Amino acid sequence: MGARLNQRFMILAILAVVIAVLPFLFPSSYYFRVASLVWVSALAAIGLNILMGQAGQVSLGHAAFFGIGAYAVAIGPTHLGIPPWAALLIGAALSAVLAYLVGRPILRLKGHYLAIATLGLGVLVALVISTESRWTGGPDGMPVERLTLFGWRVSGSYTWYWVTGALLLVGTWIALNLDETPTGRAFRALHDSEVAAQVVGVDVARFKLQAFVIAAVYASIAGSALAFMNGFINPDQAGFLHSVELVTIVVLGGLGSVVGSIIGAAVLVTLPQALTIFAEYEHLLLGLIIIVSMIFMRNGIVPSLSGLLLRRARS
Amino acid sequence: MTILRATDIGISFGGVKAVDGVSFSVSSGQILSIIGPNGAGKTTLFNIVSGIYAASRGTIHLADEDVTGLSPHKLAARGLSRTFQNLQIFQRMTACENVMVGRHLREKCSLLPALFRTPSVTRQNRETRTAALDLLAYVGLKDVANVPAGSLPYGACKRLEIARALAAEPRVLLLDEPAAGCNAVETEEIDHLIRQVADRGVAVVLVEHDMKLVMKISDRILVLERGRPLAEGTPREVRDDPKVLEAYLGQHGAREAARA
Amino acid sequence: MAEFLQFLISGLTVGAVYALVAMGFTLIYNASGVVNFAQGEFVMLGGMVTVFVSAAGVPLPLAAVIAVVAAVVIGLLLHRLAIEPARGASAVTLIIITIGASILLRGIAAIVFDKQFHKLPGFTGEAPIDILGAAVQPQSFWVLGGTAVVVVALYVFLEHTLLGKAVLATAANRLAARLVGINTTTIMALAFGGSAAIGAIAGILVTPITLTNYDVGTLLALKGFAAAMLGGMGNPLGAVVGGLLLGLLEAFGAGYLSSTYKDAFAFLVILIVLFAAPQGLFGRRAVERV
Repeated sequence: MGARLNQRFMILAILAVVIAVLPFLFPSSYYFRVASLVWVSALAAIGLNILMGQAGQVSLGHAAFFGIGAYAVAIGPTHLGIPPWAALLIGAALSAVLAYLVGRPILRLKGHYLAIATLGLGVLVALVISTESRWTGGPDGMPVERLTLFGWRVSGSYTWYWVTGALLLVGTWIALNLDETPTGRAFRALHDSEVAAQVVGVDVARFKLQAFVIAAVYASIAGSALAFMNGFINPDQAGFLHSVELVTIVVLGGLGSVVGSIIGAAVLVTLPQALTIFAEYEHLLLGLIIIVSMIFMRNGIVPSLSGLLLRRARS
Repeated sequence: MTILRATDIGISFGGVKAVDGVSFSVSSGQILSIIGPNGAGKTTLFNIVSGIYAASRGTIHLADEDVTGLSPHKLAARGLSRTFQNLQIFQRMTACENVMVGRHLREKCSLLPALFRTPSVTRQNRETRTAALDLLAYVGLKDVANVPAGSLPYGACKRLEIARALAAEPRVLLLDEPAAGCNAVETEEIDHLIRQVADRGVAVVLVEHDMKLVMKISDRILVLERGRPLAEGTPREVRDDPKVLEAYLGQHGAREAARA
Repeated sequence: MAEFLQFLISGLTVGAVYALVAMGFTLIYNASGVVNFAQGEFVMLGGMVTVFVSAAGVPLPLAAVIAVVAAVVIGLLLHRLAIEPARGASAVTLIIITIGASILLRGIAAIVFDKQFHKLPGFTGEAPIDILGAAVQPQSFWVLGGTAVVVVALYVFLEHTLLGKAVLATAANRLAARLVGINTTTIMALAFGGSAAIGAIAGILVTPITLTNYDVGTLLALKGFAAAMLGGMGNPLGAVVGGLLLGLLEAFGAGYLSSTYKDAFAFLVILIVLFAAPQGLFGRRAVERV
């Protein structure tokens, strides 16, 4: 158990060091924006990883919660006069409630039935956001009021780099905490054998729902952060393509690996930026990355790499 | 004192009566074995008693409480544990973690303390781990505590499932073919283990094909054939029952049984 | 009355397209267990390739044939390059791969073609026909007729040819099929090729009415999937019934309830079917063995 504690500490320490040191390598504010995007995507992915990697469920509509968080902090201050920080909390609460209500019936499904049901849910949410233009500005999106905390106006790519980095650290810490707890074990147990978990006393339905709600809250907060950061959002944030990107990040990094989710986000967010000059090739590249990584690195980057290193060490 | 009583259990799968009118009861510290040819409905019966299938008729009482139709995790909370014929260990978790999950009902499991890792959570985790390691030692698996369960040999996995089932400190333990695929030495160890468990006061219900084992350790035996009860009694009574001899044991089996 | 009839016919027309997409799904699902998300892209390719090839001067019927061939080739490539290498992967991994393939195909289409909407001329003219007050486009009859032909052809193929029976055998039990000498890999490739052809035909038939563009595939795939689920995943007859029902539901829902949320009906159907009766109208409940 001492080894586990060290591993947790190491991961957090390395992450903190990376976040602290990277700015010295960034030549312009553009890099800060990209890095912030990586931190935000990683945060959402870590939440989804708890649902998919640990509890073994699948959600192809997860961007819905991301979108709810984003639009909450857009609609709240603009149309309802709610202070931005409160809108963030309300968005998270709304996501949690929706996940709780919809999760109960949806999580009774398995395999591709569950995948399609969550996909349908995601599309419905995105559709509502896109259609109710009086509130949401419709397909063209709407501006987002900047976040102010105790009179301090949080804006600028430099500031948001640190804020999103801090959020990621907290999110990582929480996800790692779950490991050596009855809840975390219950998640992993029901993933490996639902029937055995039940027979041993785990209320499988309750824990699946918990994982779903946790993942929803992570996505919601990430969505709110992105909305504040950009000062603008559109329905694509809640769309099917974004859901697919999130799932790809989790699977690419390695199901069940918190570090994997962060690395997956880094790869999937920066690779298109690095390789493509034209935005038109983004779809093509995303599709290729998905196919190739699912075929050749089915377990994900982190498990595949650590497996490789282990085999090298033994021979 | 009768701790588990099943009365007139029946279930059909698309017209096939897999179990048809089976009753049995077990007392604390007693070992009841359920035997019968393949397809007799033994595992189906287990699945009904442990809440995985819902019987179409009949009742189950656990310590005089009617628990018919309760889901598996609720039955577990009332002191019922089981192992699986086709091994349902948690492949990706270590042996120790497998048994720790077995202690789930003995742990306090709230979400927020878990997310923030409060000191009470850490302390409880340590206690659960200690209890799990003790159980692993009890079944002889202490050395492989931190090995992923999926890479353990078959016999070890069987014992791991028993350790996991015992972790909840059950009143009733259902063992589905615990000696299947085990050699003579492993079977001897399982035999020893089961007797120790029963001596602690746990009611044990066993499904098995190994006649030597069954005859040796059982207090009572129930014979099933095609979902219906064929005979019930002490090992000696069942061994000499002509119906059982004809349907199941045959001449060779009777010789085996006599040797036990 | 005229309005009712209008909705009825437009519902059946669009439902026929959903039925064809759903049949494509079912064919692949039966042969390989894969839920193929790229199904909608075959429809898109049918329309887009025909438009661009005929714009290059090729007569329309030939362009349509080229489009179907192109779709079949892409279907076979999809099977060979994306599905075959991933054999043994979990159901969810396979869905993700097909989603990746559909995104890839969409990306390629956007570059090779363009992002505009395109139209094909109606096969027998554009002038609407008056039926009891409802204005019906002649192309609707082509769509309905074409769908009926495909359904009958598929039925005859599956029930009355040896190859078709091999497909059914593979669907029922892949291992057993291999043990009796059926080359299941070929069957799966056939299923992908056949699905692509069916999808492309649907695209060619319906483009005169609904137009086509690089992006139509996703929504079609989702709705086709809803139709397949409604009818019972894996049941070809169910796919047809499900498709027509879904089309009618959409048309009447948009007409009488809310036209802004027209697309939502399909997803509501998916959710309701999955919650209430996952086996659909014609499917059977599966029991899990422990």
